Amino acid sequence: MSDVSQPVAHPPVTDWVNDFDHTDPQWTEDPFSIWEELRSASPVVHTKRFLGCYMPTTYEAVREIANDTEHFSSRRIIVRDIRPEVARNAAPPITSDPPVHKPAKQLLLPPFTPDAMKKLEPRMRAICNELIDGFIADGKVDAAARYAKYIPVQAIAHMLGIPESDSDLFINWIHMILELGIKDESKLLQAVQEMSAYFRTHIEERRSKPTDDLISYLMNARDKEGQPLEESHVLGSLRLLLIAGIDTTWSAIGSSLWHLARTPADRERLIAEPGLIPNAVEELLRAYSPVTMAREVVKETTISGCPVKAGNMVLLSFPAANRDPKMFPDADKVVIDRRENRHAAFGLGIHRCVGSNLARMEMQVALEEWLKRIPDFRLDPAGTVTWSQGTVRGPRQLPFLFGKAM
Amino acid sequence: MTERLRVHVDPDKCQGHARCKALAPELFELDEYGNAHEAGDGTVPPGLEDKAWLAKSNCPEIAIDVIEE
Repeated sequence: MSDVSQPVAHPPVTDWVNDFDHTDPQWTEDPFSIWEELRSASPVVHTKRFLGCYMPTTYEAVREIANDTEHFSSRRIIVRDIRPEVARNAAPPITSDPPVHKPAKQLLLPPFTPDAMKKLEPRMRAICNELIDGFIADGKVDAAARYAKYIPVQAIAHMLGIPESDSDLFINWIHMILELGIKDESKLLQAVQEMSAYFRTHIEERRSKPTDDLISYLMNARDKEGQPLEESHVLGSLRLLLIAGIDTTWSAIGSSLWHLARTPADRERLIAEPGLIPNAVEELLRAYSPVTMAREVVKETTISGCPVKAGNMVLLSFPAANRDPKMFPDADKVVIDRRENRHAAFGLGIHRCVGSNLARMEMQVALEEWLKRIPDFRLDPAGTVTWSQGTVRGPRQLPFLFGKAM
Repeated sequence: MTERLRVHVDPDKCQGHARCKALAPELFELDEYGNAHEAGDGTVPPGLEDKAWLAKSNCPEIAIDVIEE
């Protein structure tokens, strides 16, 4: 295919305000000080990289863009080096704009309500404990690779009705799409094709033997004219559920454990007051929001007084919005009993994350079960913590030692 | 104090974050899509005033009004 690009190394950033790059190693390691610098320069900054891209730096500017579907389209939701043709039914509803967005979204909402998640909770507790059983006797673990990662994978596999044992396959596709795909189109296309083939097999199996899972649910769904969804829509939504449900929550659980490993006071308080865990989860979601989205400017407009021109992408950083001190007092501190918290970790406006109730339940259960069984843990000084690059931020290596420090 | 409170969810603004239901389950209900509306006519029973304000100040979409009557 002619639009397949080869990966290109990006020159290092020397001027963040006029030339930002969210794939720069400095951003990956510590984005917080960069966001602060950008925010103090302007509510909206621009880079010529990625064929032109804006970034709103304040909570208010992020909210304005998230709520403006007239000037900002979701047809492209990852900021990348190239702009390949927009695929029809890429991943509805996240890649949909009004008016087709609403029916596609409403279809996915009922299986993800808080009540539906309550039914899944016992299975999640069992999964967490099975994972902990696998390493607790070792006295140490890579908590990203052996705990945080497998919780969302097994949850979404359970809901979709696909084997939990295929986890490593899913994780590899996601890495190819969300990380390698920013600079290497061929990796992204390969992963999309493999995922579609995988789901086609599962769809075929269900034609003769229907099941009680999300794949059958989407196969049986009807639009308002009573027609089944096109196969490309079913496949697109299945790809979305698999991609969106995994490394996002993997990252959120990993960042939360990373914070608790470094903050004994918070750990002790949550063990003494487990009822505070849901509130702490909201604060950890605010302070370490994993997900940055994107929009494409389709019509010229003004955001927080800054002109915004069509043809550019927008890096819609909910994580940066959540660190805006104008919105959150002590924005750079983790305050686990923070009372007012309108964080935007799951997005704002019509594209609010469909899986937010699932993610919250997984985080709460993952932290509760971990703290019950491993109350004391710390970063292994002999190991290295590494963070993912690009659209979803979280620890990918998280070496811990169990027990109190000597 | 004789002041009475009433909560109201603006259905055009609510996006189903469900923070109100988590923080004040007595005052809010969710529909089949997970979108919120006030329970009954929204009257806040005595003793639950704090929860009403908490729900309002945690709604990411600013969809909740607390009306003092």
